[in-house]
Amino acid sequence: MADISAPAATPFRLSMLLYDRRYRSMTIQVFVFILVMAFAWWLVGNTIQNLRVMGKDFDFGFLGQRAGYDIPSPPIPYTSDDTHLRATIVGLLNTVIVSVLGCIAATVLGITVGVARLSNNWLFARLMTIYVEMFRNIPLLLWILIVYAIFTEVLPPPNAYRGEDPAASMILFDNVALTNRYTAIPTLGMTNNPGDLDLGYRILINWAVIAFAVVLIGGWFLRKAVLANAQKVQDATGDRPVTWWKNLAIMTVPSLLLIWYFGLHLVPPELKGFNFAGGLNVQNGFVALWLALTLYTGAFIAEIVRAGILAVSKGQSEAAFALGLKPNWTMNLVILPQALRVIIPPLISQYLNLTKNSSLAIAVGYMDLRGTLGGTTLNQTGRELEAIVLMMLIYLALSLIISGAMNVYNNRVKLKER
Amino acid sequence: MSELHAQTVSFVRETMIPPAPPPTRQTGALRWLRENLFSGPVNTILTLLGLAIIWFLVSHFWDWFAHSVWNAASLAECRQIIAETWGEGARGACWAVIRERWNQYLFGFYPMELYFRPVMAFGFLMVALAPVLFSESLQIRRIVLIVSAVLTLVLMAMLGSPMVWLAFAAVVMIGAVVIAERHAPWLLIFSVLYPLLGIWLLWGGSLWPQIMVLASIGLGWLAWKLLVRVSPLLAMVAGVLVTLILWLVAVGPAAEDAQRLIPLAITAVDSDQFGGFLLSITIGVAGIALSLPLGIILALARRSDMFLVHTLAVTFIEFIRGVPLITLLFVASLLLNYFLPPGTNFDIILRVIIMVTIFAAAYMAEVIRGGLAALPRGQYEAADALGLDYWKAQRLIILPQALKISIPGIVSTFIGMFKDTTLVVFVGLFDPLKGVSDFVRANFAWKGVYWEPFIFVGAIFFIICFSMSRYSMFLERRLRREHR
Repeated sequence: MADISAPAATPFRLSMLLYDRRYRSMTIQVFVFILVMAFAWWLVGNTIQNLRVMGKDFDFGFLGQRAGYDIPSPPIPYTSDDTHLRATIVGLLNTVIVSVLGCIAATVLGITVGVARLSNNWLFARLMTIYVEMFRNIPLLLWILIVYAIFTEVLPPPNAYRGEDPAASMILFDNVALTNRYTAIPTLGMTNNPGDLDLGYRILINWAVIAFAVVLIGGWFLRKAVLANAQKVQDATGDRPVTWWKNLAIMTVPSLLLIWYFGLHLVPPELKGFNFAGGLNVQNGFVALWLALTLYTGAFIAEIVRAGILAVSKGQSEAAFALGLKPNWTMNLVILPQALRVIIPPLISQYLNLTKNSSLAIAVGYMDLRGTLGGTTLNQTGRELEAIVLMMLIYLALSLIISGAMNVYNNRVKLKER
Repeated sequence: MSELHAQTVSFVRETMIPPAPPPTRQTGALRWLRENLFSGPVNTILTLLGLAIIWFLVSHFWDWFAHSVWNAASLAECRQIIAETWGEGARGACWAVIRERWNQYLFGFYPMELYFRPVMAFGFLMVALAPVLFSESLQIRRIVLIVSAVLTLVLMAMLGSPMVWLAFAAVVMIGAVVIAERHAPWLLIFSVLYPLLGIWLLWGGSLWPQIMVLASIGLGWLAWKLLVRVSPLLAMVAGVLVTLILWLVAVGPAAEDAQRLIPLAITAVDSDQFGGFLLSITIGVAGIALSLPLGIILALARRSDMFLVHTLAVTFIEFIRGVPLITLLFVASLLLNYFLPPGTNFDIILRVIIMVTIFAAAYMAEVIRGGLAALPRGQYEAADALGLDYWKAQRLIILPQALKISIPGIVSTFIGMFKDTTLVVFVGLFDPLKGVSDFVRANFAWKGVYWEPFIFVGAIFFIICFSMSRYSMFLERRLRREHR
C-alpha cells in the first residue's frame, strides 16, 4: 500500500487571497458584498436626504384615504368614496381579468394558427405566415392603437341602432352590438336567483356560481375515480369497461340540472333611449386591449406551437403507427406529450409577457393596476416613491405566481429522466 | 425457347415506345392546384376560407388605396379632392400627411437645417457595424460599405448639407472603403471610436469632451503599461482607476478650458428636440450595444459557483423580468431624482437608455444562460484540461460557442427591445408611433388622420425588425460549422 502523505501545509500568505483558488472566490465575494452594500447605502442615503429636502416621508398611509375618483365598470363594487387601497385592488383585478382572458384567447388562436401554418394548404399556410410575421415585427402599441382607433372611429354610435331602419345592425343573432363607446354583450339571467353570499368588504358571490364550481370540481374528481376503476378492472381482467358515457354524464348532467334549476338564460342587450341596457356594456378600452393582446401574443404562440410540433421527429409517429395505435391515440399518447415538453417553457414566458404588456392599458384608458395605483392615485396623492414601488412589487408577485403555477404544470409534463 | 416463340408469338416489338407525356391532370398548374389547394374536403374548405379572407381585405381596402392623394395641405382638402375625383362618398387614403410631415416622423423636432447630421451619424453607424456584422465575408462587407456610403452622401446632399460636412463624410466613407480593401481589421478602430463620434454628431456641442475622454483612456492605458511588469493585477486596477478618476474629475473642466482656447464646437441640439425614428433608433442602437455585454456578464454571474454573486444575479434578473418596462420607465422619469444626490438632473434620453438597457440585459442574460447550459459539459472540462484560466476559457472556448447557439434568442431580444422603444411616449418623449402622431393630429389641418401614419410607421418598423430577423438566419447559416 502506497503511503500517501498529506501535502505539507504551506503557511498562509496574504497573496494567497488573490492567487490561490481556495481563497480567491472568498476574496471576490467579500469585495462584491462591500461594493453592493456601499451602493445600497448610497441609494438609501440619497433617498432619505431627498425626502427630507422635499418634506415628504415614506408612508403607505395614503392607501387608507378616500380615493375620490371613479372607475368605469369595476369588477367588485366600488365608488369614489372608497379608499385608494380598494381602487388598487380594483385595478389589480382589471389587470388579472384582461390577462387571463387574453392568455386563453391567445392560446386558442396561437394553436390554431400554428397548426394551420403546417397544413398542406398552400394558400392558407401563406396567409397565416403573413399574419404571424406582421404581428411579430410591429410594436404592440401600434396594434393597440389601431384596434382602439377602429373601435372609436369606424364603429357607429349607439343611436345608429335606433329607429325603424337603423344605420347599423347587431351581430351574432342580435346578441352583440358594437358601438364607438362600448360593446354591448348579453349577460346571464336567472329566473330562480338563489341570492348572494357576502364575503365581507362588499364582495358578493352568487350562490349559483358556487354551486357550479362545486359540481364541476366534484365531477372532475369523480371522473378520475371512474378512470382509475376502469384501469383496475383492466389490470385484473384484461377487459377495459366502456367509460366514455359515464364521463360524459358526470361532466354534463349535473350542470344541465343546475341550469334548469336556476333557469339560466341569456339576456341580450336592448336599446333603451340612447343606450343599450339589459346586457353588459363592455368599455371599448378593454375590448381593444384584449383583442390587440390576443392577436399579438397569438402570433408568438403560433411560432412556439409550430416549433414544438416540428421538434417531434417523424419517426415517432411512424413508430406509433407501426405499433398499431389509432391516429388519435398516436396524437394523444405519442406526439402531444413530446411536443408539449418543448412548447410549455416558452409558453410560460409568453403568458408572463402578456400580463406585463397589459400595462399598455395606459394607451386606451382602461383602468388597470397602472391606471389606478400608478396613475390617478399617484397623481392625486403625489406619492411617487410608494406608489411605484408598490406597483412594481405587485407586478413582480403576479409574475412569480404565474411562473410558479406554470412550472408545476411543466414539471408534470416534462421528460422524467432517471 | 426461341424456336417455340417463333411459332407462337406473332409480333415482337423491336423499338422502344416513345415516352408519352403524363396525362394533363397530372402535370402543371392543374396538378399543383389539386395537390396544394384541393386535395380533400378540409383542404378545399381552407382554400375557400383563405380566398374569402383575401376577398374581404381587397374589397374593403382596395378603393381606399386606389384613391390615394399625395398632394394636399390638410385632411379637409384631401377629402375634397377625393370627392371631386371619385364622386361623393368615395373613401381614399390621404398620404399627403406623410408628404407634409415626413420630417417630424423621421427626425422629431431636430432643427431642419441640421438633418444631415443624424443621416451622417446613421451612415457612419453602418460603416462601424459592417466589420462587426459581416466579419466573415469580404464581399458582403464591400457591398454594405459602398451602398451605405453612396446613400449617405446622396441623402446628405439632398438635405442641404454644407460642403464642408459633405467633404468630411466623403473622406471618412471613402477612407473606410479603402481600408476595408487594404487592411480590414483596422476598420474595427472606427467601430470602437464610433460611439463618441455618433454622440457628437447627434447632440452637437463641443468636440473637446470626446477628445478628453479618449485622452483619459490613453492615460489609463499608460498607467497599465507602466505597472504591468510589476504586477498585472495592480496594473489593471491602476489603469481603470486612473481612467475613472479622470472621467469624474478632470474631463469636464479640461474640455471647457480647451474649448475656450481652441473653439471646436458645432450647433448643440437638446434632447427634447429628438423625436420620431431618430429617437427610436438612438435608444435602440444604444440599448443593443450596451445590453449584450451586460447580459453576458449577468449570465456568467448567474452560472457562477460563488453563492453571493449567483444570488445577486438571480435577484436582479428575476426582478427586472418580473415588472413591465413601463414601470421601469416611470422609475427613470419620476424616481431617479429620489435615488441620486440632491440637485443631480441628467438627460431624460440617457435615463431611458439606461432603463431599456437594464431591461433588455436581463432578458439577454436568460437567453445566453440557455446557450451556456446547452453547451456540452466536455467543452468546459476540455478548457480546464488545457489549463486555461476562467476568463481565457470563457473568451476562447465557451462564449463563442454559447453565443452562436443563442443567436436566434439574442436577435429576438433585440427586436423586442427596438419595438419597446415606442413606450418612451409614456414618459413624455416623442416616439414616432404615438408621440409624433398625436402632435401631428393636434394641428387642425390633420385632425382625425389615423390610418396613414399608422401604416407608414408600422411599415418602417416592419422593415427594420424583419431585416433583423433575416440577418439572424443568415448569421446562423454562416456560423454553422457542422454538416455543411
